[in-house]
Amino acid sequence: MENRHYLVLDKFIEHYGGRPGGLVRILYKAQELFGYLSPEVQAYVAEKLDLPLSHIYGVATFYGQFRTKPRGKYGIGVCLGTACYVKDAQAVLERLRAALGIREGETTPDGLFWLHTTRCLGACSLSPVVVVNEDVVGEVTPEAAVELVRRCREAEKVEEVERVPERPGPPRDARAAPPGP
Amino acid sequence: MYRSAQDLHATRERLRPVLEQRLQEGRPGPPAQVLVCTGLGCMSAGSQDVLKALKKEIRARGLDVAVTHTGCFGFCRMGPLAVVHPGGIFYTRLNAGHVPQLVRTHLAGGEPVEELLYRGPDGRAVLFMHDVPFFRRQTRVVMADAGLINPEDIEEYIARDGYLALAEALGSLAPEEVIDIVTRSGLRGRGGAGFPTGRKWAFAREAEAHPKYIVCNADEGDPGAFMDRAILEGNPHAVLEGMLIAGYAVGAGEGYIYVRAEYPLAVRRLEIAVRQARQAGLLGKSILGSDFGFDIDLCMGAGAFVCGEETALLRSAMGERGEPRPRPPFPAEAGLWGKPTVINNVETLANVPLILRRGWEWFAGIGTGRSKGTKIFSIAGQINNTGLVEVPMGTSLRTVVCDIGGGVPAGRRLKAVQTGGPSGGCIPAHLIDVPIDYESLAELGTIMGSGGLIVLDETNCMVDIARFYLAFAGEESCGQCTPCRIGVHRMVEILDRITGGRATESDLRELEDLARDIRETALCGLGQTAPNVVLSTLRYFRDEYLTHVRERRCPAGVCKPLLH
Repeated sequence: MENRHYLVLDKFIEHYGGRPGGLVRILYKAQELFGYLSPEVQAYVAEKLDLPLSHIYGVATFYGQFRTKPRGKYGIGVCLGTACYVKDAQAVLERLRAALGIREGETTPDGLFWLHTTRCLGACSLSPVVVVNEDVVGEVTPEAAVELVRRCREAEKVEEVERVPERPGPPRDARAAPPGP
Repeated sequence: MYRSAQDLHATRERLRPVLEQRLQEGRPGPPAQVLVCTGLGCMSAGSQDVLKALKKEIRARGLDVAVTHTGCFGFCRMGPLAVVHPGGIFYTRLNAGHVPQLVRTHLAGGEPVEELLYRGPDGRAVLFMHDVPFFRRQTRVVMADAGLINPEDIEEYIARDGYLALAEALGSLAPEEVIDIVTRSGLRGRGGAGFPTGRKWAFAREAEAHPKYIVCNADEGDPGAFMDRAILEGNPHAVLEGMLIAGYAVGAGEGYIYVRAEYPLAVRRLEIAVRQARQAGLLGKSILGSDFGFDIDLCMGAGAFVCGEETALLRSAMGERGEPRPRPPFPAEAGLWGKPTVINNVETLANVPLILRRGWEWFAGIGTGRSKGTKIFSIAGQINNTGLVEVPMGTSLRTVVCDIGGGVPAGRRLKAVQTGGPSGGCIPAHLIDVPIDYESLAELGTIMGSGGLIVLDETNCMVDIARFYLAFAGEESCGQCTPCRIGVHRMVEILDRITGGRATESDLRELEDLARDIRETALCGLGQTAPNVVLSTLRYFRDEYLTHVRERRCPAGVCKPLLH
């Protein structure tokens, strides 16, 4: 699995390596493949691009979109743009903290949920807004946010039942798990 | 492949009947087309399901009705939206469950479904889109095609005269003439600072170094602003054409669109647009039979607000940390790889083809003395009609917020309107008749910014809002210069004391002193403008600060430690 990811990344580096802003694209791809930018992955990119590891680390930690730690399968993001803030997105965030038992930036011990806050998603007309992986959900009350979590858990149960033991699925260890859909 | 202006005209003529049908506002006929909005707002509200259900139902009934998805109509509050043409019959808040009735009664039966039409505050149903008050009072020029054409089909853009401005520039105008037209039009940057676009282009043209670059700043970072997202999602080719014209005018052969990662749909539509433009020969070598060549690539932002600042954007586009540098030299002189680079905002570029097509006199005829053309505003917060509004520069804030925006919901009272995002300030309710132009807003201590308007009512605390913006700036500080890295945090701490009931009046003095110092000494625009929101709220809402400090009370009931 890991090796295959590296092969895909190699192709991507070949294509984008010399282009302006290529590093950012490559890091996105690496994060998509591995779930986060581990020290090993950063070192790999540095070597391939012939750049100092400090440069890669500097870029990876400068931007909010890059993660240097693993995250849960379901990313639950609360938008804290102004429109959401004035419509009390804080209350949504607080309820999610309580429901998941974690704070933003953290992942639940079962590796399922990663709670985070986002910058303005530009969906201000639907504020307050929560994003579940890539899906934007609008006009979210604290109760509706908890309901979103419940639905993710249910989807997970269904998947669990459907999963054939022999099937080479994603590793159960969250550290190596790829991000959700 | 388009090898000449004639080829463009041929496509335009071929598609003319389809497009004209969509423009017969208020003159209904047998339903022939349904347009469904697939902007982010409507998509999040489920417009994809509506689209799918429509296609299925129409096919099942064997109707001859075309279904097209478009970009953002701007009336995001009422989504998912759909319009039936000819006539422009306007449906709001649709879901897939409504589709069978809509198809049976209207598309097959010819009778509009009244209960799905828009209803105004008086409860009356409005049949046609152009009669909806939200649209009637707007002047939609840049946004005009966003809800009219399929953003993933270059031919529909061409059918709306797309790429004809480029053809005209390449065919009959010298680069200097193009710059002259843009200069005369009075177009100023829509990203915030309002620098004259023609002058920026002239600087880059005069610069001797080669190659030169065009960069589109699509890093719409101001929280609460989403007009650029709507343009990118709804009419991406207008931005590409603007960049091509800019490239021809300044003598650049390459362009980059720096687009923020929070807009995946915009990225997808841009990628499609660039691919189609290349296939059509409108990007690449010898465009439209001329010797002008130009290509465009995307650069992805990665979640750093400071990258909206142009020198930070350039560094980020080159794959580095997005840290700004002092100016001069300005990018027009030394930008990407030290070469002359024009950086224009999305909305600015989308205006360029229109100016060339309709003439600078047309553009200069809209707006006020030094603020020409239209401006798109996103209105959000405590407002009935959240969405995108395009009006002539100089339109009063009252018209935008109260008439088009429908005012504050639930009978609450308007308190202030925040403009210009984290770099801007707040306009109090009693000054709501101010005309929105660059100069008038500056006089009130705020800025136009990119056009985000956040409406605040009596349930919002101004100190809390100031703290929100300042904390945002502090988190997004790149950390290079001390005033921003440390000073902004000191200010946030003072605001924490005020909202936490632990402040004294000397804190207020220190807050103002710090604000002035940071404004004078920070390295880049982010730091220099971060204190604006504090200074502006102190200017208009000092009493509210004092109530927090002296009486340990939050009049809006927001600051939790002060609730008794």
